[in-house]
Amino acid sequence: MTAKPLIEARDLRVTFQLPAQGALPWAKSRLLHAVGGVDFTLMPGETLGIVGESGSGKSTLARALTGLVPATGRAIWQDGTDLIGLSPRQMLKYRSQIQMVFQDPLASLNPRMTVGQIIAEPLTTHHKGLGRDEVRRRVKDMMDRVGLLPNQINRYPHEFSGGQCQRIGIARALIVEPKLVICDEPVSALDVSIQAQVINLLDELQRDLGLALIFIAHDLSVVKHISDRVLVMYLGRVMELAGSQALYADPQHPYTQALLSAVPIPDPQLERDKRMIPLRGELPSPMSPPSGCVFRTRCPRAQALCAAERPALLGDGHLTACHFPGALRPEELAASA
Amino acid sequence: MALLEIRDLAVRFATTDGEVSAVNGIDLDLERGQTLGIVGESGSGKSQLAFSIMGLLARNGRATGSVRFDGTEILNAPPKVLNRIRARRIAMVFQDPMTSLNPYMRVSDQMAEVLMLHKGLGKHEAVAEAARMLDAVKIPDARGRIRLYPHEFSGGMRQRVMIAMALLCRPDLLIADEPTTALDVTVQAQIMQLLADLQREFGMAMILITHDLGVVAGACERVMVMYGGRVMERAPVGPIFADPAHPYTQGLLAAIPRVDQKGERLTAIPGSPPNMTNPPPGCPFAPRCAYAMPACETMPPLDAFAPGRERACHAGLATVRAGHAPQPDLPEPAAADLEEAPAGILQEAKP
Repeated sequence: MTAKPLIEARDLRVTFQLPAQGALPWAKSRLLHAVGGVDFTLMPGETLGIVGESGSGKSTLARALTGLVPATGRAIWQDGTDLIGLSPRQMLKYRSQIQMVFQDPLASLNPRMTVGQIIAEPLTTHHKGLGRDEVRRRVKDMMDRVGLLPNQINRYPHEFSGGQCQRIGIARALIVEPKLVICDEPVSALDVSIQAQVINLLDELQRDLGLALIFIAHDLSVVKHISDRVLVMYLGRVMELAGSQALYADPQHPYTQALLSAVPIPDPQLERDKRMIPLRGELPSPMSPPSGCVFRTRCPRAQALCAAERPALLGDGHLTACHFPGALRPEELAASA
Repeated sequence: MALLEIRDLAVRFATTDGEVSAVNGIDLDLERGQTLGIVGESGSGKSQLAFSIMGLLARNGRATGSVRFDGTEILNAPPKVLNRIRARRIAMVFQDPMTSLNPYMRVSDQMAEVLMLHKGLGKHEAVAEAARMLDAVKIPDARGRIRLYPHEFSGGMRQRVMIAMALLCRPDLLIADEPTTALDVTVQAQIMQLLADLQREFGMAMILITHDLGVVAGACERVMVMYGGRVMERAPVGPIFADPAHPYTQGLLAAIPRVDQKGERLTAIPGSPPNMTNPPPGCPFAPRCAYAMPACETMPPLDAFAPGRERACHAGLATVRAGHAPQPDLPEPAAADLEEAPAGILQEAKP
């Protein structure tokens, strides 16, 4: 790869300070490590899927990239600037390049603004010199582009269905011609038939506009469908990062294997015949994550080394953070069940 | 005699925007021990169907028709009759366990209440029995954790508490309304496995309401596909997936990305679900259907066309099977969105 990455994250961390438990003044406040040292690169025009269960830190990671939560580490943008720690004024320049689409289509639109105002707002914020007619023209073009009728420009969000609201959210993100769009669970609130419309729209727009996408979802089938590469997170850390086909066909990390085996397949024969990899116990608290590999408390393959040493994310193209990667053998599964 | 016999069930709601027909003329038989999946999108009436069986409709809702459970008519039955059947014979598990458990009561008290009310057990025995049931749904350290409040459990554990509570009186029928929708896939897989085990153990019949076709494929023997308050297709689980006979079922299956297959462009169903205050005349799916024809102005009957298989569609079975839809008339997604938008938008935006 000779092209310059659009964004390069190195040891990205997000830590929240929680108030002390109890009323005693000398009680120490506690730290919650939502994202604990994430590395990845994203090329221009690429789609990176991020999967993980609730509490894995996938949404927090996205918010850190857009500066919505304070983070440490480095996130180097294409022009060499580190986005972490920029002042809000400096960040403004990059906000127009990085846009977000949120999960709840209706809640992420201001109910008291018309669709036209909603879509125009990023444009008038980032390009202050534009005339009113020009703004209106661009908004109408964008509405047409995402499959909304331009003559609905004066309507309010409540007059639209969920799928249409998500189209409005996409139009708002794309109006400033960003290079990167971060979609945080963009289709999980939508019905199956509408979900396919929005996925196809994102697919199309990405190809036509050369956008890079970070696509966060808990639905592994959707992520597989849309992503070039997929990053699997567990308890704030990257477990595996690989090309979409390779990851789904030949997952190396035991967690990825367990996660994929749990996805229901819409085929009665295959679904009943498939072999599930059970996970022991529950997600540990992010306040006191296990030492070494965070997955070791639930891993069928965990050994002493896993508790002592945190595995690095290693590999050639197919990166895995595991001391003992590779497909689980039937006898290992039997032992863990 | 079937365990549950539903005849011509309809549910209507009086709203300020006029009457909404949520469920229209549904017939259904469910045998003992059988698992029926009800699949549909939001607004298809699948949850209201369940609520009407349980007598849990909102105050502005009215159910008509007949629901016989084990020979007894229970539709619109007085609370006295219903309370002898609910929990004891029919139990329900809801989607969101946090809002369906009482946050102010310890799990032990909530569960014991059920047994004291319906089985006449004393408090001490009831708590002991409740702990045994928590153990049966595989909550670790059930005896200790039964003293906790609902918020002290994780989402998956809370759903286990709900299931344990529903099973306390060993019901003959369990209605599970999107029991795993709010959960992560790994937890979902555990809960579905648990439900299957418990069902076998207790010999319960189950109605599983969901929008997830993968869950249906794994758990159900028969499947009923609903759209706009009506049944579109009903068949054993195999044929529904291998040989869908209704355009809507076909569309649903084509619209889901699959983890076990290579990704191509998804075939979306154009348009959006009908606005039920102003439903289209006849078949509710017709405005989004590639096979729509003038006859669709009237609702087609749900006809049997093979053993155990029924479909409600005017288009010929061979045409639908071959997938030869009259392509040129297929509306663009955007334009179809408009047609299905709330009535106000429709009138102004159309030329």
